[in-house]
Amino acid sequence: MVESIVLSGVAIGCIYALIGITYNVMFSASRVFSFTAGTLGMLGGVVGSLFIARMGLPVAVGFLLALAGGAILGVVTEIVAVRPVLKSLDQHLYVLSTLALALIVQQFTAIEWGTDARPFPRLFDLARVAFDQRFWLPMLACAAVIVGLELLYRHTLVGHAFLAIAEDNFAARALGLPERSLRMTSYALAGVIGALAGFAGGEMLLAFFGNAPMLTFYGFVPVALGGMGNNRGALVAGLLLGLFQQAANFLVGGIFASVAVFTVFILVLLARPEGLAGAALPRRV
Amino acid sequence: MQTPAAQLLPSRANALGSTSMIGAALPFLVLLVLGVTLPLFGGGYWGVIATRACVYWVLVSGLNLVVGFAGQIAIGWVALLTLGAYTTSVLVAGNVTPALSPYLALAIAAVVGAIFGLIIGLPALRLRTFYFAITTLGFATIVTQVALAWQSVTGGGVGVAGPIFPKPFSSLWGLYYFCFGLAAICTWMTANIAASRFGRALTAIRDAEVAAEASGISKPALLTAVFLFSGAVAAVAGGLFATLQSYITPDAFTLDLSILFFIAILIGGRGSILGPLLGTILLTVLPEFAAPLVAWSTFLYAVLLLVIVLAIPGGIAEILDFKNRRPLESDRAIIPRPDLLEPLLGTPPDAGVLTLEQVALSFGGVQAIGGLDLEIRPGQVHGLIGPNGSGKTTTLNVISGYYAQQHGAVRLNGVPLPVLARHRRAHMRIARTFQTPRIVGSASVLANVMIGGTIDGEGTFVESLLSLPRHRRDEAMLRDTAMLALAAVGLERLAPVRADRLQHSELRFTEIARALMLRPAFLLLDEPAAGLSADEIGRLGALVLAIARAGTGVLLVEHHADLIFDICHHVTVLNLGKMLAAGTPAEIRSHREVVNAYLGG
Repeated sequence: MVESIVLSGVAIGCIYALIGITYNVMFSASRVFSFTAGTLGMLGGVVGSLFIARMGLPVAVGFLLALAGGAILGVVTEIVAVRPVLKSLDQHLYVLSTLALALIVQQFTAIEWGTDARPFPRLFDLARVAFDQRFWLPMLACAAVIVGLELLYRHTLVGHAFLAIAEDNFAARALGLPERSLRMTSYALAGVIGALAGFAGGEMLLAFFGNAPMLTFYGFVPVALGGMGNNRGALVAGLLLGLFQQAANFLVGGIFASVAVFTVFILVLLARPEGLAGAALPRRV
Repeated sequence: MQTPAAQLLPSRANALGSTSMIGAALPFLVLLVLGVTLPLFGGGYWGVIATRACVYWVLVSGLNLVVGFAGQIAIGWVALLTLGAYTTSVLVAGNVTPALSPYLALAIAAVVGAIFGLIIGLPALRLRTFYFAITTLGFATIVTQVALAWQSVTGGGVGVAGPIFPKPFSSLWGLYYFCFGLAAICTWMTANIAASRFGRALTAIRDAEVAAEASGISKPALLTAVFLFSGAVAAVAGGLFATLQSYITPDAFTLDLSILFFIAILIGGRGSILGPLLGTILLTVLPEFAAPLVAWSTFLYAVLLLVIVLAIPGGIAEILDFKNRRPLESDRAIIPRPDLLEPLLGTPPDAGVLTLEQVALSFGGVQAIGGLDLEIRPGQVHGLIGPNGSGKTTTLNVISGYYAQQHGAVRLNGVPLPVLARHRRAHMRIARTFQTPRIVGSASVLANVMIGGTIDGEGTFVESLLSLPRHRRDEAMLRDTAMLALAAVGLERLAPVRADRLQHSELRFTEIARALMLRPAFLLLDEPAAGLSADEIGRLGALVLAIARAGTGVLLVEHHADLIFDICHHVTVLNLGKMLAAGTPAEIRSHREVVNAYLGG
């Protein structure tokens, strides 16, 4: 039993961490938390199931289409819900615009795809490699994203430009960086990561429209605990969250797990609103 | 010589106030008549829909204070509806206790709802926007899960029967009138709050939090009251909802419902009662006109939300605001009337002297102020000048409690001021203005100035809810004083205008009027002349001097050397956080270092 708790905990934790990273990539580019983060995860599962299980396309094609769907939603988020309100001083507007977009996508999925959770296809016809693919796929995806992002940020020019935008938007623009297209690229990248999370975790989470709000909430917990924009923090916090949740699920029941996660989340936020490894608030007067 | 305030002013503004009051009440009266006579036009089916609209509005009216007025993005308020529905149903069914009367159960649900409203709401004191939104979302998910799992009490997925109210409220139209009555009461109560100092303080917290703090508004106390109220009415709505549904399961409380409540407010417009009321009716009734749309309703609400946010952030209320579309006069001058300061400020209490002793503050490795001494005396204007980054505004922020000094002390009459207790400064009659005016743009100029007098009201939140005599006395007093303050700074003709339509210079004088509402012993002005024309600077100077003559100690942070030398009794020159020179204007003007470093020779 310990084995299955650890495996499912780590796997779910990887999905949460990936959604957390999705939040972070969007946040770094625009200082905006978008409600579409969880929607991207949901979409990865639904689109994957649609193309592979229902339409019978090859796994690789379905995978690429799912990622492309995520990238498109990412770019749409930037154009429709973020760019128009970014200039506004009214801080609450982006919360509402991204919430609206997330709901539009979620409801559309509920109507067109159905409100029942549908199975996600088994991707590989492999014998059991140490443990089942529904566990190692999310782990693999998470490792790939973490390593990929590190390489991108450290060793490529575009990655340096992302970091510059995240560090100081005004200074980066003054240096002549194309802020708008970098932001669009970041949102596309975030879309790919979110969709990858949903696709890789498809077998665990199923293709279900209700995953959107669930992932939006549980994916934000690693961001809040790990610190805004901090991917390593998100990974650690995501894994802890997954393990804790699965252990509590097995040992004392799911309700207690939800209540406990929520309580810890609130308490940590109240104690450190900027996250456990976050930065201080800006000057107000 | 005490002249009654009202006689000093043109009576036009007061007359204008009463006609616009009738105009504002008219739509509510129309809705009231329509609601009462509804059974005459509609069949039973419309009775159910209208009852649902009333139940929703009972919740939305309270949520409106949280979302529309205080600006807190609470998207999971369905949690309180769930809580109220289950509390009422379970108590009436007698699953846990002996079966209670529905009225008693509803009252208990209100208490439970108030407590949970506070629990859900309190994180708002620390968390901003997205964080708060997501905590309310999480709470909504948890409540539904608990309802599903706690089978012995809630019946789990099978559900529980809703309460049935005894005659005369057991019939369809009986229940309708019961809900309609409660909805009408909620409308009346929240409209009272909206028009009270509490309502204005909430909008100040939403749009100009630092100005709210500087006016002595305590965000925790105010939000606590609002969350208690909002939680209570939401739980009552839950009890009524259970009755209307006649049977409830956790499935009945989807997030879609929460989104409906939330969007009704935003479609209606923030800071309005009528707008969200119309929004609630619209969203409840709209799907009934087109049956195929029912499945798409939440989708359409979301589209509507996006359109509202991007295109008309003011919502229905802004579209209905005809009065503020009339063009303003283009050449309007601000002519202050310093003679009105005496009746406005009265005789200031002897507050003593405000002193800074060796105050020092660094940010990281950068020294913002390094050991500053300063003395502000009643009845004098103290100028603080220096180049950019010399620590002028930082000094002002230390005095008003936005920064904590690392060394030294700020004393009022020898007693150290509490560090970082911003909203306590107003109680010590220390008022301030801001470098960038902090104004509630959607409120009238008069309402903005009345915010400054919030702490002088005596009535409680509950008295304002019920419009008791003390509330009405407070409002009359604040209105008269604010009109006097506006007349003193020369803006009384703009009193009914939306503040965001004013010019920059007018906003600066509005801020001064707001600060004067405190009858300040000390007034801290942060670059009040920035962006003003030469004429306006001259009038500002005369006004500030007159304020000092009335007994207030003024600290004037400024770049305009002319203004400083014209009106200050004492000038301190800062450079890189240190005092470069101090003395009378004449001494400073001939101080060699100052002339070389700052004034130019």
